[in-house]
Amino acid sequence: MSRTRGRTRGKTTIGVLLTAIMLFPVYWMLNVSLTRDQDMRKSPPDLFPTHGTLAGYRTVLDEQLPYLGTSLVIGLGTVVLTVALAAPAGYALAKLRPRGGGVLSFVLLAAQMIPGIIMAMGFYAIYLQLGLLQSVPGLIVADSTLAVPFAVLIFTAFMSGIPGELLQAAQMDGAQALRTFWSVVLPMSRNAVVTVSLFAFLWSWSDFVFASTLVNGGAHEPITLGIYHYIGNNNQEWNAVMATAVVASLPAAVILVLAQRYVAAGVTAGAVKD
Amino acid sequence: MHHTTQLPDHRSAAVRTGAATAAPPPARSGKRRRPTSTQWAAWAFLAPVTLYLALFYAYPLYRNLDLSLRDYTVRSFVQGDAPFTGLANYRKILDDPTFAPALLHTVVFTAVCLLFQYAVGLALAVFFHQNFRLSATLRALFLVPWLLPLIVSASTWSWMLNSDSGVVNALLSALGFDPVNWLTSPSWSLTSVTVANIWIGVPFNLVVLYSGLQSIPASLYEAAALDGANAWQRFWRITFPLLRPVSAITLLLGLVYTLKVFDIIWIMTKGGPADSSTTFATWSYQLGFGNLLPAFGPGAAVGNLLVVAALVFGLVYVRAQRKQALS
Repeated sequence: MSRTRGRTRGKTTIGVLLTAIMLFPVYWMLNVSLTRDQDMRKSPPDLFPTHGTLAGYRTVLDEQLPYLGTSLVIGLGTVVLTVALAAPAGYALAKLRPRGGGVLSFVLLAAQMIPGIIMAMGFYAIYLQLGLLQSVPGLIVADSTLAVPFAVLIFTAFMSGIPGELLQAAQMDGAQALRTFWSVVLPMSRNAVVTVSLFAFLWSWSDFVFASTLVNGGAHEPITLGIYHYIGNNNQEWNAVMATAVVASLPAAVILVLAQRYVAAGVTAGAVKD
Repeated sequence: MHHTTQLPDHRSAAVRTGAATAAPPPARSGKRRRPTSTQWAAWAFLAPVTLYLALFYAYPLYRNLDLSLRDYTVRSFVQGDAPFTGLANYRKILDDPTFAPALLHTVVFTAVCLLFQYAVGLALAVFFHQNFRLSATLRALFLVPWLLPLIVSASTWSWMLNSDSGVVNALLSALGFDPVNWLTSPSWSLTSVTVANIWIGVPFNLVVLYSGLQSIPASLYEAAALDGANAWQRFWRITFPLLRPVSAITLLLGLVYTLKVFDIIWIMTKGGPADSSTTFATWSYQLGFGNLLPAFGPGAAVGNLLVVAALVFGLVYVRAQRKQALS
């Protein structure tokens, strides 16, 4: 008995070590964000922020708040747009069995494979003509393309699991279908809504490709561009750069702590048959 | 982007997120014709997303194709009257001195990333599958690199790999090695971005392969242990073969997503120095947006080559997935 316990403890130790190695860059980001300017170029660098300073974070508060606000608006806008488009589609594909639904699912799958940089170039050409460059709504629409195909497939998979007897889908006209969707399917799909929202928010919050092509130099830029300008402009104040990076990572951290099971579900959903 | 992908698998998401799954799934009664009213209702629900796909996927792609077939200048880009030049842009990029290195870097970057992400991910999945104390928590922490915005990861790695003040060179000199110009030397830049991208991709492989491991019945291992198989044999005779379908899917998805990696490379090295870390993705961006004088036509042409590659492997992926779903 004590032998197995000892072996388990050994594995836990190895596990902790591996995790520490894996997360070292994250620690280093925190460490640098707390380092004083004069220690920044020290060789070798301090492994711990012994002379910690919050100067970097003060710079973030002074300079980066508008970027963070823009990212928040864009993230929430993307979530709303994504759920509004994807939930009804998922319901139709899962429960109403439309002719041509299989083709649509296939198109959605293929859409996910298109490199973002190609989409960005197409969007750039279109937005230039429509005068939508450097606009927040334009970026929300572009960012939603990162999440909509994923969202439809998640909703479809989830809603397929809702028992058919509850829905009586066999003979349904539009009004009945709408009522069923709104008052039965959607409330029951809360978990799918949460998963989709989390990923839609995270992806639009993290987006760099669309931001740098479509809103670069505009009045409202997201935090990813805030960091990018920082790196480009001042190579000296790395504590401010890393402090911004830490703040930009907060949504991911919060999501991981509060909603880890949704994340794991999203990563693996459908990618594996189990 | 390093997304996950989903398939119309009818169980996984629902089961994992704890949906009402007590009742059996609806029986599929063949290809019974649905009443027309239901068809109308169904397509009414699908209309927004269909319109959306046409406007925001198909049309940008069409514009991209159009860009690649015309001779655009900044002026004609705005006015939209660029002359049609057929495949001239494609010929131009094939003759470009950047083409060969970009192709080589794309292949090397993708292959090395895939190999290491998969190998490390699988090793970690097998390790965490042993269910020791804290294993669930530590596994969750491994997701962090995957969830961070790419610009955060890329700038952190940039600073860690900084020639003069980076922690990596500090470690090297503590061990008695010479410092390396990770990002500014042409012989190291591709290695640097590859390492950073492997770091980002390991969590995805870990999570997917871990869930694949969970579906292997424990009784198989017990039987093998009774027969005297050691851990090494159990891995090669049971785990690896039974994980093959999941491995294929993971690798194919990884392939499609690694082909389009752009952010990491662009933020860390901009494809440089002297094209030493240029891939098709960064080259396309460089042509379209990276210069004072944009070359939209050639940029779009490079991008379209990437689309074709991604879609070819995407089709292979869909076929593999179908086959697995049928088995």
